[in-house]
Amino acid sequence: MEKLYGKDLAIKANQARLLAVEAVHRASSGHPGGSLSCLDALTTLYFNEMRVDPQNPQWAERDRFVLSKGHCAPALYAVLALRGFFPVEELQLLRSIKAHLSGHPDMKYVPGVDMSTGSLGQGLSTAVGMALAAKHTGKTYRTYAICGDGEIQEGQIWEALMAAAKWKLDNLCAFIDVNGLQIDGNTADVMPTEPLDKKLEAFNWHVIKIDGHNYDQILSALAEARNTKGMPTAILMKTVKGKGVSYMENNAGWHGKAPNADEFAIAKAELEAKIKELEEN
Amino acid sequence: MAGKIATRGAYGKALVELAEKYPELVVLDADLSKATMTKDFAAAYPSRFFDCGIAECNMVGIAAGMSTTGLKPFVNTFAIFASGRAYEQVRNSVCYPHLNVKVVGSHGGISVGEDGATHQCTEDLALMRQIPGMVVVNPCDGNEMTQAVEALLNYDGPAYLRLGRPAVETFTDELEGYRFELGKGVTVAEGTDVTVAATGMMVNMARKARELLAGEGISVRILDIHTIKPLDEALILKAARETGAIVTSEEASVVGGLGGAVAELVSAKCPVPVVRHGVEDTFGRSGTANAVLEYYGLTPEKLAEKCREAVALKK
Repeated sequence: MEKLYGKDLAIKANQARLLAVEAVHRASSGHPGGSLSCLDALTTLYFNEMRVDPQNPQWAERDRFVLSKGHCAPALYAVLALRGFFPVEELQLLRSIKAHLSGHPDMKYVPGVDMSTGSLGQGLSTAVGMALAAKHTGKTYRTYAICGDGEIQEGQIWEALMAAAKWKLDNLCAFIDVNGLQIDGNTADVMPTEPLDKKLEAFNWHVIKIDGHNYDQILSALAEARNTKGMPTAILMKTVKGKGVSYMENNAGWHGKAPNADEFAIAKAELEAKIKELEEN
Repeated sequence: MAGKIATRGAYGKALVELAEKYPELVVLDADLSKATMTKDFAAAYPSRFFDCGIAECNMVGIAAGMSTTGLKPFVNTFAIFASGRAYEQVRNSVCYPHLNVKVVGSHGGISVGEDGATHQCTEDLALMRQIPGMVVVNPCDGNEMTQAVEALLNYDGPAYLRLGRPAVETFTDELEGYRFELGKGVTVAEGTDVTVAATGMMVNMARKARELLAGEGISVRILDIHTIKPLDEALILKAARETGAIVTSEEASVVGGLGGAVAELVSAKCPVPVVRHGVEDTFGRSGTANAVLEYYGLTPEKLAEKCREAVALKK
C-alpha cells in the first residue's frame, strides 16, 4: 500500500469517522466521543506509519498496535476494515450477537487486532510486553499504543511507564489522547492528571506534545519517536472529544451514547460534507 | 528421589533444567525471586529473566504481550498477589484472549506460616478455577512439580500453578507407573469405604490418615487431584460409585476450591456424601507452618475424622 499523507489521510480518517458513528448508531450503543478524538492518529498509524499486511494479520514481523482505551473499538474496527483486514460491511454488525465485533477489541475474532483490551489501564502493559519481546528476540517491529487521558488515572499505567523506561524500550510509542473529558465530566475535575508532560518526563519517557488533529504534527512526532534511542516515546496529543460531529464535540455526554436516527443523519451530513470538501480541494 | 523438598524448590530447579530444551521460556518475577525460587534461573539465564518490581498487575500484562509473539512466559509472585491482586489482569489480559501465560503462585495456602493472614492465600484455587479456559494445577511433591512444569510448557494456553513454601516429603516417584498428565488424577492407594480426593500437601497427609483408619477397619482410597481444572471427572465419579462417599482435602478454603469442584460434580452426576476438609471460611494467622496447619485442622488426624464422618453419612 502506498503511504497516505495530508489530505488523503484526512479523507480516510473522516471516512472512518462516518463508519464508526454509523456502527455505534446501528448498535444503539458504544463510545463515539473518544473514538472520534483518536481517529486521526489511528488512521495515520495504519495508513502511513505501521508495517502491516491485511492478507496476513499474524505476520510475525508486523508492527503491533494496542488500543489501551479499548472502548474506542469502533474507531479501530473502522480503520482495520478500511485498511482491508475485513469487509467494511461487517462494521454494521458491531456489538451484534450475530457477529464477532465485540464492544471492546477482541484479538481472537477480529483480524488485525493485536490485543484484547477494554479494561482500562491494562493495554499499555501488554504493549510493553510486545516491545520487550522484540528486544529479547532481536525483532525490528515497533509497538504502538493509544491510551486515554482518563485511562491514565489507573495505577497500572504508571507501573507500565516505569517498566518501559527500565528496559529502554525505544521501540515503543504511546499516544495519550488528551481530550480532557471522561464519563463524569472534565478530567481536570474528576481526577487531575496534569502536568502530564512533566510526569512522563520524570518517568524517563521522551515526550512530544502535538495537536492530535494535525497530520503533519502526527507524522513528525512518529518520525521523532523512531529516531529517539534509549527511551520510549509518549505523544501527548491534544484532541477534541467527538471531533468531526458538531454536537458531539467537547461534550462528555457523548462518551458512551449512541446517536439516534435524527442525530446520525446530522453526523452523516456533516462528515460527508467534510469528505466532499476535502476531495474537491 | 525420596527425601524432602518444597514444591517451590523443585519448581526453581525445573525451570533451570528445562531452559535449554525450551528456548521460548522466559521468567518474570515481582521482586520475590529469592522466595519464589526463580533466582537460580535468573542467575543462569539473565537475559531470559525479567524482574518487574513490585507491580504484579503490570507483570501479568507484560507476560500477556510477550506471549503473543511466541514466547512462553512464566510469571511469579506469591499466590495471594498472583490470584488476588492481579486477578482481573489474569482474567482480562490473559484468559479472555486465551494466551499462553503461566501464572505461578508461590506460598499458597496457610503453610506460609509466620507472615500471617495477609500473605496466606486460601482463595486462589477457587478464584482461578472460575475463569473460563483456565487450567489450575497444585502439585503435591517435588517429583510431581518437576513433571508438571514440563507438562505446562507443552500446554498452549493459560494456567495457574500453585507452589508451597515448606519442604514436603517426596513420594510420587515411588508410586508404580507414576506419570504426571494434565487433567488426570492419580490413584495413590486403593480403598473401598471412602475416597479422599486430595490436592497439594494434603495428598501425603491422606496417606497418613489412611494408616490411622486401617486399624479401625475403614478402607480409604486416595486420589491425588493435582489438576483442579479440568477436573478428572471420570476418576472421581468412579470413586463415588465404588466407595459411596468422598472427602475432599486441600490447603485452601473449603469454599469453591477442590471441595467446591467435587461437590458440584458429584451432586449432579452421582450423589453421595461429600465432606470438605480444608480451611473453614476464615482468614489465617501467624505461627510456624506446623502450628498454623495444626490450628486450622490440616492434619492427618482431622482428615481421619472427616473420613469417619463421611462413612457415617453413608448409612
